Amino acid sequence: MSEHEHTEHIVSPGMYLTIISTLLALTGITVYAAFVDLGRFNIVVALLIATIKATLVVLIFMHAKYVPERTKLVIIAGIFWLALLLFMTLSDYFSRVDYRGIRYPMTQLISHTIEHRG
Amino acid sequence: MRAEATGPALKLPEKHYLNATYGIRSWLLTTDHKRIALLYLASVTFFFFIGGFFAMMIRLHLLTPNGYLLTPDQYNRMFTMHGVTMIFFFLIPSIPAVMGNFLIPLMIGAKDLAFPKINLLSWYIYIIGGLCTLWAMVNGGLDTGWTFYTPLSTIYSNSAVAPAVVGVFITGFSSILTGLNFLVTVHTMRAPGMTWFRLPLFVWAHYATSIVMILGTPVIAITLGLAAMERVFGLGFFNPAMGGDPILFQHLFWFYSHPAVYIMILPAMGVISELIATFARKRLFGYHFVAAASLAIAVIGFLVWTHHMFVTGQSAYAAVAFSFLTFIVAVPSAIKTFNWTATLFGGSISFDTPMLYSFGFLGLFLVGGLTGLFLGALGVDINIHDTYFVVAHFHYIMVGGAVMGYLGGLHFWWPKITGRMYPEWLARIAAFILFIGFNFTFFPQFILGIMGMPRRYHTYPPEFQIYNVMSTAGASILAIGYLLPMVYLTWAAFYGKVAGDNPWPATGLEWKTQSPPLTENFEVTPVVTWEAYDFHNRPDLGLDVPAGKGSPAVAPAHGDD
Amino acid sequence: MHRTGSLYGQFKTLEQQKDTATLGMWIFLVTEVMFFGGIMLAYTINRHTYFHAFAMGSNTLSLGLGGFNTVVLLASSFTMAMAVWSAQTSKKGLITLFLSLTILLGFVFFGVKYVEYAQKFHHHLVPGKNFDIFYCANNPTKCEDIDAADMAKEKEELEAAAKADPDLNAHAQLYYSAYFGMTGLHALHMVIGAGLLLWLVKESMAGKFSAEWNNPVDIVGLYWHFVDIVWIYLFPLLYLIDRHK
Repeated sequence: MSEHEHTEHIVSPGMYLTIISTLLALTGITVYAAFVDLGRFNIVVALLIATIKATLVVLIFMHAKYVPERTKLVIIAGIFWLALLLFMTLSDYFSRVDYRGIRYPMTQLISHTIEHRG
Repeated sequence: MRAEATGPALKLPEKHYLNATYGIRSWLLTTDHKRIALLYLASVTFFFFIGGFFAMMIRLHLLTPNGYLLTPDQYNRMFTMHGVTMIFFFLIPSIPAVMGNFLIPLMIGAKDLAFPKINLLSWYIYIIGGLCTLWAMVNGGLDTGWTFYTPLSTIYSNSAVAPAVVGVFITGFSSILTGLNFLVTVHTMRAPGMTWFRLPLFVWAHYATSIVMILGTPVIAITLGLAAMERVFGLGFFNPAMGGDPILFQHLFWFYSHPAVYIMILPAMGVISELIATFARKRLFGYHFVAAASLAIAVIGFLVWTHHMFVTGQSAYAAVAFSFLTFIVAVPSAIKTFNWTATLFGGSISFDTPMLYSFGFLGLFLVGGLTGLFLGALGVDINIHDTYFVVAHFHYIMVGGAVMGYLGGLHFWWPKITGRMYPEWLARIAAFILFIGFNFTFFPQFILGIMGMPRRYHTYPPEFQIYNVMSTAGASILAIGYLLPMVYLTWAAFYGKVAGDNPWPATGLEWKTQSPPLTENFEVTPVVTWEAYDFHNRPDLGLDVPAGKGSPAVAPAHGDD
Repeated sequence: MHRTGSLYGQFKTLEQQKDTATLGMWIFLVTEVMFFGGIMLAYTINRHTYFHAFAMGSNTLSLGLGGFNTVVLLASSFTMAMAVWSAQTSKKGLITLFLSLTILLGFVFFGVKYVEYAQKFHHHLVPGKNFDIFYCANNPTKCEDIDAADMAKEKEELEAAAKADPDLNAHAQLYYSAYFGMTGLHALHMVIGAGLLLWLVKESMAGKFSAEWNNPVDIVGLYWHFVDIVWIYLFPLLYLIDRHK
């Protein structure tokens, strides 16, 4: 049963050319940005540019702009669950504090417990 | 048999999916979802008895405090292989791949699943993964516990971890493909008139299960893949010697393996919803809530995984948050349980075998679910973590819940699958034996856990012996409870009384076609004009008692009048 | 199920069939997102904990080769999109042409990847017993492919990193675990994609695809673009850590 009448949308080669040029330009920009010292924002900029590139590929190359709502929901659910996996696990890692208020990654906990006892 | 008793003897239809084609090739190369379901039925039964054999070895060994049957090393292998076989090769594929496969297209009025070839592929992937793990079991065994915790599994274990892990990895893809197939099928293949809220709750439960399968299974795949690469090639993600973090493995492992519990229990809940509505002759109370609760369990079930890790080095703040979320996930399960019991109120209840299994499910799932809350409470968990309390808890959910649902469903749909009835009285006795044997086996383990007996130990102090003896005795009763249905269901498939299209009668679309169904399921695609579980306005089933106050009660299902 | 032309028996219309196939592929891609998600998580945690080792590891990669491969892969995505367009507009010759170009670019990517991997083996940068992040710094004669200026800079960075992280050699292995794990999985996906593309070329040479029937081109296209997206993230995450030093 087809719930959505969906007539195929054909993206023109001109559009594809625009997108590929943008993608190549963004690749240049991301390399350039990596050589500028932005402190801890280097990774933010790099991921932001990568996300813009990925969005362009998804929307135009993969025609996600023209698909039924249901498919968009699938895409969003995928991104949402990836975020769940990443952020909920990191919530553990970034709140690990021992009884003295010192942050620890797991392996250092082992070594300094031994130290403490010794 | 009300109607049948007076009428002429029923005959099997001339043409059906079982006799449409003959020969081994017609089975091994079939794309018919019903035949693939039977292939799965045979293979999960095979793995169930392998896993059951390991369980028997464990219970026999624990009969005496010092255990003369196995060496400690062999004991470690037995409980590991019991867990791996039962979880990855029996419980996860059991209801979805057997009953889901058989019934979802029938229930939604489709000719087949959306991707029949991928369906067959998923069975082959399952078999390859299973053989790989079996090979590991006979060539070195496996002694890490079914959880494969690192660094034991990646560095220290002297058993065949790599091939076993590869087998589980491969089988994961079979589960992904099954889930994908179900999701797409429910979205695009429904018959005209079969709207979302006319779907049987069995389909809703499988829809929710499929969501868990496709979002969780890839994570366990990559995790086990990394662990295998760590063991074989020396990558370092989970190796503390290189600065890697073993707890990361546990995070990734439980991100799948906790929701996997819902892969096991949600389909059983779907089965129970069908059984209770049919044998109480009532529309399931709170249909929409039960459907939504399935989805809620699937989603919230993803947010609770670190409650398996309360006693590891995870952050105390995270532990509090995950403990809270664990209590939240109990809410939709409770909604379902209350709705099932509310359905019974004022219903015309009959005590056919499938209904006995439903009652068994309700009681055992209740105990299993509530003891889960003990374990989700931070303070209590520190005390009873890794004791027999945990073992008893998850067996109440997985064996008491999932396997009861599985057997109840098999009895309920056996007339549809084979066209023949099982022997009712023998089946009722078997259901009782199962229930008694189960409680005898696992209830003493709660007490053992509270007394402090740790799981996975090959020996124990003599004061625990009485409970271990009870448990082992119960396990032998339980074994009879499993062997009986296997024998009489097989017998009934060939020599049982012919059942007719709709012996109960039940309201689902699957009962609107002949038993056993045609290869194409329906001669003409049905058009659905009725709501789910409507036992009042279905003259096509002989059910046209008007609903409302003062109207005569609906006659109970076959078997009890 | 019997099949009538391009329509499989379980479907009623070609439209329904296409809808179903596309939805199925998107759901499969979601599973792929979660698949790569696990290793991304491991990467994130280790990079956060052992930043010096990760920066050092990243600086030993060749930005030239990585950047070139990025361009190659983006270009292959473009040719793939054009193959889908050719199918949608029934330009049968162009379908084969663009599909072949996509495969060609895929193989260029493999070639470059091979050069990179070989270099890492050569420089003792593969996790395991023989891993030695100081290998080239201590044995400059064995690493003649690195020019003297780069080598001096690398030595300087290594000394600074070793001071900041006394266990640099162990932690650098985590970076290379991520590097080989992620690029290896990515390459595996490309091998599968290349196989699918070869099958498409065969079918398209038989003239099977047209405006009415182009599901396989469309579906394989989705997969290929997804593999491209993975690389779009891998490139900055692996090659561009702390380059500004």
